[in-house]
Amino acid sequence: MEKAMRRYMPIFVLPTFFAFILGFIIPFVMGIGLSFCEFTTVTDARFVGLSNYVEAFKDTIFRHSFWYTALFAVASLIVINVLAFALALALTQKLRGTNIFRTIFFMPNLIGGIVLGYIWQLIFNGILSRYSTALGLNEWYGFWGLIILVSWQQIGYMMIIYIAGLQAIPGDVMEAAQIDGASRIQKLFRVTIPMMMPSITICMFLSITNGFKLFDQNLSLTAGEPAKMSEMMALNIFNTFYGRTGWEGVGQAKAVIFFVIVVAIGLIQLRATRSKEVQQ
Amino acid sequence: MKKKLLSAAGTVFFTVLGLIYIAPILIVFMNSFKEKVYINKEPFALPTEKTWNGIENYLTAINKYDLLSSVGWTVFITVGSVVVILVCTSMCAWYITRVKSRFTKALYLLCVFSMVVPFQMVMFTLSLVADRTRLNTPWGIIIIYLGFGAGLAVFMFCGFVKSIPTEIEEAALIDGCNPVRTFFNVVLPIMKPTYISVGILETMWIWNDFLLPYLVLDLNKFKTISIAIQYMKGSYGRVDMGAIMAALILAVIPVIIFYLACQKHIIKGVAAGAVKG
Repeated sequence: MEKAMRRYMPIFVLPTFFAFILGFIIPFVMGIGLSFCEFTTVTDARFVGLSNYVEAFKDTIFRHSFWYTALFAVASLIVINVLAFALALALTQKLRGTNIFRTIFFMPNLIGGIVLGYIWQLIFNGILSRYSTALGLNEWYGFWGLIILVSWQQIGYMMIIYIAGLQAIPGDVMEAAQIDGASRIQKLFRVTIPMMMPSITICMFLSITNGFKLFDQNLSLTAGEPAKMSEMMALNIFNTFYGRTGWEGVGQAKAVIFFVIVVAIGLIQLRATRSKEVQQ
Repeated sequence: MKKKLLSAAGTVFFTVLGLIYIAPILIVFMNSFKEKVYINKEPFALPTEKTWNGIENYLTAINKYDLLSSVGWTVFITVGSVVVILVCTSMCAWYITRVKSRFTKALYLLCVFSMVVPFQMVMFTLSLVADRTRLNTPWGIIIIYLGFGAGLAVFMFCGFVKSIPTEIEEAALIDGCNPVRTFFNVVLPIMKPTYISVGILETMWIWNDFLLPYLVLDLNKFKTISIAIQYMKGSYGRVDMGAIMAALILAVIPVIIFYLACQKHIIKGVAAGAVKG
């Protein structure tokens, strides 16, 4: 079978392979290389060693954006997962209309980041203007505004994953706990949550990587106002590339740092899910 | 009796919560019919005779900001890219799962690797590549999307192909079917559920994507909806809130129709993608 197929390799693999080289491999390799160069267009690239990285770490706004992003990722992780888990628990009970509620809670997830940002900008500014202030005047308004926005967007998504997890718990385990006289709280903490650990790990890592990579919502809701104080890492990298000429190399170095952080989170996730699998 | 009451209370609670949940969209919808000067001042007030503007905002968005052509390009790019991604990556995934060589193994690992790379890492160089190769058109961007979206799609298709027994395909090949016909007549029908899942994930991604088309496309000629809205807001001079409200609604309506039409598949597809990704 393999022999017969090998002759057809060009038809099966080459279109994807060609596009993959063009759309991923070349930009990625060039990106790594250019992070060690000074350039405005690629043709004038000049090797400068690590100085872009030094410059990136010296940039106080970039450092601020890192802490702001990290704090945001952790806060959104907690808010989203606690609420999504609670919703999933409630909507797997015998209630009238659970399907309609699931449909409603999931819907915002399908709306694009730019559109979401402007929808919520109208609402937040409408509320804040009553206290004669605005979203762009305080970095923490932007912070909590973004938390509300991404919660609205992602709770439904995480809820779906949690519901799938809850429905996969075998009924006899619950029954055994019932017969042993476990209370509702005990059942939740001793049976449901331990059985749900795989879903919980997935959702936690999804929300933390989403938090780190957030861009569209940040751009449309606050655009970094006031004075770049609500700028998250992805937006900071974008602004370094396209906001200041001569800083393209530093932007690329920041992008590599960003990439390393995201990959590190991914690797931790891989280990966490593997160790969970061994336990079960 | 007590249980019934509790369940009824739950339903009431969730009905209220559900209404609050969709309120932001309803508020934007309501404001899209107000005159622009009243939107920022009183966003929560119902339109009155004085503030009512009919469909004037929608006409401005369509005529002045050329929103319909943005919707058209977004549909074209989304449909084109998703069809190309589905056909090319499923063929590629079948081949690299069935034929074992160093090349196919490396390609698979690279695809998995590309899934974790954030877009910011390649955005600058990708836009340069797209510019040099003249892929900065809605036709060219389809190739870029195939390249950048290949990772997840190949990964998901490979996961499914591994679970298909090889006997059926072998039987077809022995009966004299060439691999291409075997793929389209035998393998493709079996993979239908995965096509739906991958198709939905890629559709939602490309329809809502902002940064990739913003950096790749020649913006003087082509804009997607997200880009058009960002331009309306970010343009110098007076920001026309009325037209923006109308544009937001025009951007959301297709998504809601798509969602209501195939929500069962969407929820399933999203759950499948999350568990694997």
